[in-house]
Amino acid sequence: MFKYLEPNKIFSITSKAPKYVFIVFIVVLTIGLLESLVLSPEDYKQSHSVRIMYVHVPAAWITLGIFSTITLLSIIGYIFKFKNFFLISKSLAPSGFIFNIIALVTGSIWGKPTWGTWWAWDARITSMLILLMFYGLYLLAWRIYQDREQVFKITSMITILGIINVPIIKYSVDWWNTLHQPASINILSKSSIHSSMLFPLLIMTAAFALFSLLIFLMKYNTELIKIKNKGLDRL
Amino acid sequence: MYGRKVKLRFFYILLILTTLVLTIFLILKSLEQNVIYFQSPSEIKNISEIDNKKLRVGGMVKKDSILINSEEINFIITDLKNEINVIYSGVVPNLFEEGKGVVAEGYLKDRNFFMAIKILAKHDENYMPPEVKAALEEK
Repeated sequence: MFKYLEPNKIFSITSKAPKYVFIVFIVVLTIGLLESLVLSPEDYKQSHSVRIMYVHVPAAWITLGIFSTITLLSIIGYIFKFKNFFLISKSLAPSGFIFNIIALVTGSIWGKPTWGTWWAWDARITSMLILLMFYGLYLLAWRIYQDREQVFKITSMITILGIINVPIIKYSVDWWNTLHQPASINILSKSSIHSSMLFPLLIMTAAFALFSLLIFLMKYNTELIKIKNKGLDRL
Repeated sequence: MYGRKVKLRFFYILLILTTLVLTIFLILKSLEQNVIYFQSPSEIKNISEIDNKKLRVGGMVKKDSILINSEEINFIITDLKNEINVIYSGVVPNLFEEGKGVVAEGYLKDRNFFMAIKILAKHDENYMPPEVKAALEEK
């Protein structure tokens, strides 16, 4: 379809890129951890437990971003029958799944000292749990179904069902009374987070994004090797 | 430009999405009472009947309203329009403070009294270092 989407060209990138991405990831992660754990100030109210936020918020952003990307790719892939898009989605999903778990677990660890509870069935937290279940369904579908046409259809349907949940996660804190606080970072209006805390947050987001990219490249590379070895149909 | 099948698939996905959004919207709309995590004191005031069901009241801890004695803590939750008295015996979270957000879980005695069995602190969306907070308060 597109010249640059030819498997051989992609393969030469995916087999070489991971080690460079890994080096950049380690550098950015080191800066991010240093900023968020040592250099950034403590919060006036939560003191040091604010540092959990530097893992929690980027993880939540990345997992939402990955699910949205997977859905977009699956829908386009389904409509135009781009098989490659499904393999990209498949390779993206595991890091989204892991970051979803990280967001829930760190949220729980933060919730205990701050709210006074590990878990609350409020709209934000429940909808994040539902997203995790959709990730689980998505990954399971790839394992269970062998027939390629079938698995493409089923995984697209799962993402379409799951994507409805994404705006609910985003706006749950505005639409309903929730225990979870509303968003501190707004693109259109002034953010309610001090710049000395925003900076490490953005660095950590970059680090997590690089980690997702790294895992994606390795997974995608494996997919391409599988196709080569089996001599399966072309992308 | 694109084939008929491509167009058909496109509109089919669009139809699925519209149907889903509408369905979820209607479900959430009708279940709103269960989706919200807590009610405000104003909503408690308008409650039609008081039964023995567990519920949650949320709002701000009124300034100078916390009374602590050996057995229990008394305080007032306000949403700046209405307020409700809360009685609680137990440990409160670290962030429980006057003028800050709180969610109390428990049973309603009457429209003005709430027996809490659990207190949760609600954190707001403001993050800043202590020095900035001090500077803001000086202004």
